[in-house]
Amino acid sequence: MLRKVDINTVLGWLKDVEGADYQSFTEPEFTVQKLEFVPFLLNFLREQSSQVLTNGPATPAKTPSHPRPAARTQGFSDKLAGRSTSSGAGSRSASRVQLFSPAPSVSPGSESEAAGPSGLSGVSAFSSPSFSSTRTPSPRLPGSERRCGQRVSLGDYMFSPPENSPNHQSHKGRKKGGGSTAVGGQLRHEGGRGDLHSNEAGRWEAGGRRSARGVGGGHTRMGEQVSPPFAGQLNLNNLEDFPPVGSSPISPATSKPSRRINPTPVSGDRPHSKPKTCFTSTPFQKASSPLLETEASDGLMTAGSSMRLKEERELLKREKTKRAQQVASPLLSALDPCTPTKTGARTGSKVTSDMPTSPEPSKVTFSSELDVLVELYCTCISENLVPNIFLELFFVMQLLTSWAHHTHDNEEQKSLCAANTEVLERCYLRQVHNCVYFAVKVLENQFQLIAHLDKCTLRLLAENERVACFSPDLRDRLTQAQDRSTAKLSPSASTFIHSVPFQPATDNRSNFFSDKAFHTFKKQRDVFYEVLREWEDLHKEPGWSFDAALGGRIRGIMSQLTSAGNHSHFARLFLKQLVQVCKGPRPSSSSVDAADADLLGMLGADSLGRLKRLEERLIQPHGVVGPCPPPSFPGHQEFFRDFIQTASCCQLNQHLQDSLCQQLLQLDEVSILSPADEKQRFSSVLLLARLLAKFLGFISFFPYQTSGRPSRDIQETSVALRSKVTSLPVLDVCAVLNNSIRRKRTILTVPWLVEFLSMLDFIGPLLLCYRTTLGSLLLLYRKLQLNRSEEMCYLNKLLLVSVLGWLFQVRRDTRMVQLKLGINALCLVSVCSGEFRKLLAAFVSGSTARSGGIIRKITPTSAELKDTPTAMRSQQKLQVDLEQAFFHNQPPSLRRTVEFVAERVGSNAVKHMKATLVRELVERGEKMLRDGLESPNSNASMLNESICARLCEAGLEALAKATKYCDEKSPEAIRVLLPDETTPTVKLSWGHASKMTLCLLCEALVRREWRSKYDRVIKVLGSPKQGSERVMCCPPHCKHNSPLPSDILIEIKVHFSCCN
Amino acid sequence: MRLSRAEYKEIVRWTDHLRPTRQCMKMLKDRFPHHSQSTLLSIFSLEYQKRIKRTISMHRSPADVERYFQRYLSEAEARPTAPVLLELANEMDLSPALMARIILDRFLQDVDGGIPSKTVLNSMLKEPSLIPDQILANNIYQCTINDCCYGPLVDCIKHAIGQEHEVLLRDKLKEQNLSFLDENQLRTMGYDKTPDIILEVPVAVEGHIVHWIESKASFGDDHSHRTYLNEQFWSYWNRFGPGLVIYWYGFIGELDCQRDRGILLKDCFPTDIVTLCHATQQERTPEAPKEDKEWKKGIRRVADEKPGKKLNV
Repeated sequence: MLRKVDINTVLGWLKDVEGADYQSFTEPEFTVQKLEFVPFLLNFLREQSSQVLTNGPATPAKTPSHPRPAARTQGFSDKLAGRSTSSGAGSRSASRVQLFSPAPSVSPGSESEAAGPSGLSGVSAFSSPSFSSTRTPSPRLPGSERRCGQRVSLGDYMFSPPENSPNHQSHKGRKKGGGSTAVGGQLRHEGGRGDLHSNEAGRWEAGGRRSARGVGGGHTRMGEQVSPPFAGQLNLNNLEDFPPVGSSPISPATSKPSRRINPTPVSGDRPHSKPKTCFTSTPFQKASSPLLETEASDGLMTAGSSMRLKEERELLKREKTKRAQQVASPLLSALDPCTPTKTGARTGSKVTSDMPTSPEPSKVTFSSELDVLVELYCTCISENLVPNIFLELFFVMQLLTSWAHHTHDNEEQKSLCAANTEVLERCYLRQVHNCVYFAVKVLENQFQLIAHLDKCTLRLLAENERVACFSPDLRDRLTQAQDRSTAKLSPSASTFIHSVPFQPATDNRSNFFSDKAFHTFKKQRDVFYEVLREWEDLHKEPGWSFDAALGGRIRGIMSQLTSAGNHSHFARLFLKQLVQVCKGPRPSSSSVDAADADLLGMLGADSLGRLKRLEERLIQPHGVVGPCPPPSFPGHQEFFRDFIQTASCCQLNQHLQDSLCQQLLQLDEVSILSPADEKQRFSSVLLLARLLAKFLGFISFFPYQTSGRPSRDIQETSVALRSKVTSLPVLDVCAVLNNSIRRKRTILTVPWLVEFLSMLDFIGPLLLCYRTTLGSLLLLYRKLQLNRSEEMCYLNKLLLVSVLGWLFQVRRDTRMVQLKLGINALCLVSVCSGEFRKLLAAFVSGSTARSGGIIRKITPTSAELKDTPTAMRSQQKLQVDLEQAFFHNQPPSLRRTVEFVAERVGSNAVKHMKATLVRELVERGEKMLRDGLESPNSNASMLNESICARLCEAGLEALAKATKYCDEKSPEAIRVLLPDETTPTVKLSWGHASKMTLCLLCEALVRREWRSKYDRVIKVLGSPKQGSERVMCCPPHCKHNSPLPSDILIEIKVHFSCCN
Repeated sequence: MRLSRAEYKEIVRWTDHLRPTRQCMKMLKDRFPHHSQSTLLSIFSLEYQKRIKRTISMHRSPADVERYFQRYLSEAEARPTAPVLLELANEMDLSPALMARIILDRFLQDVDGGIPSKTVLNSMLKEPSLIPDQILANNIYQCTINDCCYGPLVDCIKHAIGQEHEVLLRDKLKEQNLSFLDENQLRTMGYDKTPDIILEVPVAVEGHIVHWIESKASFGDDHSHRTYLNEQFWSYWNRFGPGLVIYWYGFIGELDCQRDRGILLKDCFPTDIVTLCHATQQERTPEAPKEDKEWKKGIRRVADEKPGKKLNV
């Protein structure tokens, strides 16, 4: 079908529905179909490529395939399991269930007809309307008619009347059983919508009618019968859950009935994913996916046993056994973590079997079909129809870096493909050529998104030989984008941690109520750091246990705290240290520097280090976790989490909570004038807020955490209990969110709220306040579309899409694996680009190891990096570090003052220069130009150049003048603004001011000269001497010629002893 | 002077059997001609203190004390002008100053009929003329002035050496135009832990940020460094961030392994200080070596001669 249908129509259709939504255009067929179409498409792609990905050799490039995002891994394994046990149709739906929500595919409701039992034919059914619409100018009515016709035929083999009733019965029976999985899925599905739209019922009736109309008598009955139970279920079980959301005052923006939202598969999926942890009650949640599938597929299978199905099953079985043979061994290993030995072993075995194929554009088959697929797929991404954009990007990267070796030769492949008359059965993505072709095309298409990835990822992509081979144009664009890219990955926890500076204003004796408290805290501070250092050194050692090693000392601190009443001091230290270590990118380092450092870090100073790092990355069992890792506490955060757990000190927790809450609300109120100016500040605030919110969430929900999902009874009791608790929850998330939406500050609030909510315990989402908040967030998410030009800018939307997508993805599977949500500062795209990068880096080393050339690809770039004076680079870095270090131990007000002064003075200097010297220069230049032009044989351009050169020379004077200006003005300002004892900082502020001035004044080249010049001036002037001369000081120019006291003493001693 | 652990161990092995006499010190110097004298002597001093700490309990049992006291009494009676107590200490392989203390303690018990207070004991050791017994006073005096490792005079010298290095450090910092707070200023400001120097504007030494400087006029061996780390350096780090420790008399090179964690070890005032203003460094570089040489000369003078004289018993 994919081939047959006119692509533009489908695209139009996909987009049109969107448009239709906005226009409140009611066309249930479309909406429901799209709901089905997208999951189908995505699953189709996964399934198609599963061969290549799971079958890939055990090279690093393959690593991605096993530690896939939880949802997908599960999907794959389940699918494979399903293949061996059940029929093809079952496995198909199974995989779909996994990848997407079971709701659209499994539930026996109206949708299941198309997407359910026989995905293959179902698709042809829903593709038809668009197909027909190509031919008819007014497609709607004829389209639906035509489709009806097709659907009948489809329905014939899908549900013949006699089989319909068993199906229905089984459905009923399950429902009676209390929370059947299938109904659960559907219900959740329904509920997810119900909570958001009051006009749901009408739509669903329409949907029901549609199916009835389409499928015929038996189906009419079923459609009608099915719908009411849903309503009933909704009312009975979920009404208590959902109405509050629906009825809650949703902000004006969101309350607009947005028809679009309903039909998207996203909406079908997300309500499910969320309910799984958020909205539904136990039975549904307990329905673990495998159970769900088997049950569902069983039911459906027994129901649909038509001839056609059998045929299909046979066909698929054959196919499956064939595949199973191929897959069997790699699959086993694929499930294991990739250990070095294993890699080696497998690589060995692979070598013996056959060499991997490198993809070639010429070997791509089905290219026109692939193009169609690409178009469809990209539209889904662009329209935010996919559950999570980054999941899809990750998938594309996997395709790009996939390895496949021919276990069967091309001939067989071809015959297999050709023999397959069923369009969908063709192996579009069976071969690595096709995969890469597909991936590259998608990347080309989604360039806008890709271009926002971080520099390293872009670099890796641009240097990927496959990209270069398949699309030199894309490579060029990537290279360009790389230069433009300011996105950087938040560096992993730096090797060097800063301590919390001792500030006499808050830390000296006068801040404690007794000497004892003061001295106790002194000891506690040291023990705290001692514990932290020990953790750093040892926590990765096998068999090391936090509690066993550090528990005693931590509890010691706690008991001392209690006796001394130092909790607030300790909480402050604890939080400050947390922020210090875990906040991520340092706030003031300029983005360029950081990006460079990042690059350096990535590539290493020498190839050895680089190789080592790559190796480490490959050896790590969790090398690639996928773009949606579950929430966790990476790096040093783990220490703080474990500390809180081990200390389990309620007083401390209370202090921490209070402080976190206060800081968060403060941060949330931070005024950010214009994002362009305050990029740095915004990203720093955002990162900080996210960190704090995560810990606030952790501490707040810690008391309620259970190892497993509680039973329904317990759940109800807890909900009742916790809802009635009169005391307010720690943070009024609802109010915060609503307030933020009203004030259009979601870009700051939502990311940290997401962090907070990701820490929810099992019961948490059932509580009114969190339920409401999650509902609002969901609404917000659905409204986001990257390509729509709204008032929100692209990056902001991308940020929201990524964090919300993450939340709804993560809270869907409850397994705790590992989190690395390295969300970046402002260009937050890099949420998962780290993972992309790993994937790509793995590919690089994999491919080089394969081709025998050692780091063929990286060496030239590193050489190029080395060419740039590393000494200077490190000097610059050192300067930045020094500045950092200076401000670190000073009160924050100092920094603000200095920056303010620098900015103002710099700006004034520029104005001054402009008004005086520059104008004069320009006038002089003008005169010179005129004179020159009057002379007979004059060349304007040459004249221009020479004048320019002369002016630039004269312009250097401007630098000197500006310097002088800054030198004169900034100390004055600083002196007035800062307390007296900070004199030496004056010098510093000059430096800073000058830097700012430079940025405004000069071009990059001149800047350096100017800087050294300026510095020399500074040197000449000398910095104000600190009046710290003490009595013991020698007078100036003392050569220390007088004998030292100790010498005299010794002489005396010797003299005495000799005399004796 | 930075020693490898192997070198250090060899020296320690050698000092193990040495007595704190001038001859022994000469032997040590001759054995290790390439090592700086002050380093050798500082190592010996530390090792000798460790040895004494190990063995002192053997000399403090009441029976031993009684034996020494009786022996002193009888010998002092026999040869009133001879340094009998010093000889006794050498014979027993005990530090003379400590022997003096033990004997004086025992003597005062006889005089006062009770255990004398520490202040009285200390003041008498410092000022032997306060001792009622003339002969004992003489003997005690000889012991304290001839002890290179213990005694009030040595304490005084050690203190002076420490002070001198701190002064030198401050001078050096001022020379470099680095603004700083010293220990006393910090104490008045209410700091709970006070390194010798806190730089108001941090500098970088060998690429490492330095916020504070601690001066140690001794050799940095395993034991002392561990103690200092736990009691001082880490505490400084915990409050002020990374810093620099100067072991003027050298240290075991392997101990300098915490650089990346913020504790840098040096055996002299650093020459390649990078300050926040580029030029300070650039323009100083030409002068730096010369200054440094002078500076080092100064230090060597202090370092080389003083302990040597100190040991000239």
